[in-house]
Amino acid sequence: MITPHSAPLPQTQSQPPPLEIHDLTVAYHQRPVLWGVDLVVPAGQLVGIVGPNGAGKSTLIKAAMGLLPAASGWVKVFGGSVSENLRRIGYVPQRESVDWDFPVSVHDVVLMGRYGHVGLMRRPTAHDHDVARRCIEEVGLVAFANRQISDLSGGQQQRVFLARALAQESDLYFMDEPFAGVDAATESAIIALLQALKARGKTILVVHHDLPTAREYFDMLLLLNMRVVAFGPTEQVFKYDLLQQTYGGRLTILSEMAEAVRQQSQ
Amino acid sequence: MNTLLPAFDFQQVFIEPWTANAASSVWIVAMGFFVATACGLVGNYLILRRMVLVGDAISHSVLAGIAVAFLLSRSRSSGAMFVGALVAGVITTLLIEAIHKRTRVKQDSAIGITFTTLFAFGVVLISLYGGKVDLDQECVLYGEISNVPVMAAPLPAALSRVAAQVPVLKDAGIFWRGADLVAPPDVLRMAGVTLLVALLIGVFYKELLASSFDPGLAFSLGINATVMHHALMAALSVVVVSAFEAVGAILVIAMLILPGATSQLLSQRLPVILGLTVLHAALSAVLGLHLGTWLNCSIAGAMVVAGGGLFGLAWMFNTRDGIICRWARRSQQRSEAVPPA
Repeated sequence: MITPHSAPLPQTQSQPPPLEIHDLTVAYHQRPVLWGVDLVVPAGQLVGIVGPNGAGKSTLIKAAMGLLPAASGWVKVFGGSVSENLRRIGYVPQRESVDWDFPVSVHDVVLMGRYGHVGLMRRPTAHDHDVARRCIEEVGLVAFANRQISDLSGGQQQRVFLARALAQESDLYFMDEPFAGVDAATESAIIALLQALKARGKTILVVHHDLPTAREYFDMLLLLNMRVVAFGPTEQVFKYDLLQQTYGGRLTILSEMAEAVRQQSQ
Repeated sequence: MNTLLPAFDFQQVFIEPWTANAASSVWIVAMGFFVATACGLVGNYLILRRMVLVGDAISHSVLAGIAVAFLLSRSRSSGAMFVGALVAGVITTLLIEAIHKRTRVKQDSAIGITFTTLFAFGVVLISLYGGKVDLDQECVLYGEISNVPVMAAPLPAALSRVAAQVPVLKDAGIFWRGADLVAPPDVLRMAGVTLLVALLIGVFYKELLASSFDPGLAFSLGINATVMHHALMAALSVVVVSAFEAVGAILVIAMLILPGATSQLLSQRLPVILGLTVLHAALSAVLGLHLGTWLNCSIAGAMVVAGGGLFGLAWMFNTRDGIICRWARRSQQRSEAVPPA
């Protein structure tokens, strides 16, 4: 395992990785969606998960969190089981997965991120409300804190989800297409936020489907197409042959990749 | 006087229910209020989770449960009926889920299959043992809320002694039969169910909120969305079954949807919505009593009509997308718009 500090922090050597997946297979109605996924994600990395539609990207993060049952294999989070480390896991689902007409305000949604800390049957404390306010500020939505969530634009809604993930104060984040359908301002705001999280030592896995930007945004890439095609530092993995293996013979994407690789070599 | 509507006599419609007939009006309104509140509170979460039809399903399959309970226990005791109906309610939700999850049948079809089959099973049982099951079909479908006060029974003597010390209660003749404090057991049971529902929503407010809004997030927060779902379904069964005798299988669906749907038009904040639900329940119970007195019709039906009327008002006058406001905004935009040069 690569550790940034070698001598002064001896405990980092023994710390288990944030996420370790072994031989994970997931099937829907007997049809495998993920097959034998092995993965060890080192701490403090910004990891992009890329692959064609139906490659199992969302399935992978859902199965890693235990949201979907696995047919075989196991997942370890910080060396333990997922259920005993739930508080250390933050989740940003796809924006379309919820009903944005739901009668809650921006503050209410962000406060939900604190529920894991509040505990069963208890009410959020003043501290939880403070954390929620701070996270809303961090994503630049202070003026919208008391607005109903359907009043927001798509990009603002995505930022609400990010603020909620921040409020979870987790160490390992799973984000499902946070860049889908957002405006340029939100896109750069999200990138700044991911960098800030990384600077605090968090590990972040992001499902992403825009290849050209994947190369700029992420430290590491996981190329996925039912199986792991490649996983490693972006500059080692963002290679034409590996991408071709991942995307198969899809022409439009192939030419897009060729363009992206060409840009990289310039 | 051969008109469609009976003559409207203010004295008879609005005053007499609270003077001459106070003893029955109080219990009828109380029953209506508790039914609409309990149904409405649970209904809000059904609406938010888009599961209103499950309430529809339970209210129908309860019939099978009541018939089976009668055949097994050979009695019309409400205890046996309650248990039978409750079991039927729980079986309904489990069946819907099993069909929907284990086959390719979609959820709406699964609901349709389950409740019509169970309802038909109930119909078959009742017609098969028709002579022995003394179930009034009209009562099953529309309920008989005006029967509620007739069943008033004495409460424990200890409670009577305590109430005799409370000035307001002591002088309210309608609560007394001699030295006994009396109340219809159905109303008391419904009040208990309503309190329980309100209490559970209060205690599990954030768990219900998170699992209704975003089950995936709820899971990652350590809230078991499946457990919350089953708890909600159990609460729904209890509520529907308790409300069944008063408002019947069809009107209970209105009680589940109308208070919540009206409140959700008027506010975008869940706590406010829950408060408005209680207000809607109270208004429809009182207005329904007066409407029913005026038209001399089914009071449960009149309460639902009143509740529907309140929904109509909310639809027209709410400030967000009400018909009136939209019309006003449009004409304002027209008058303010500057025509292109």
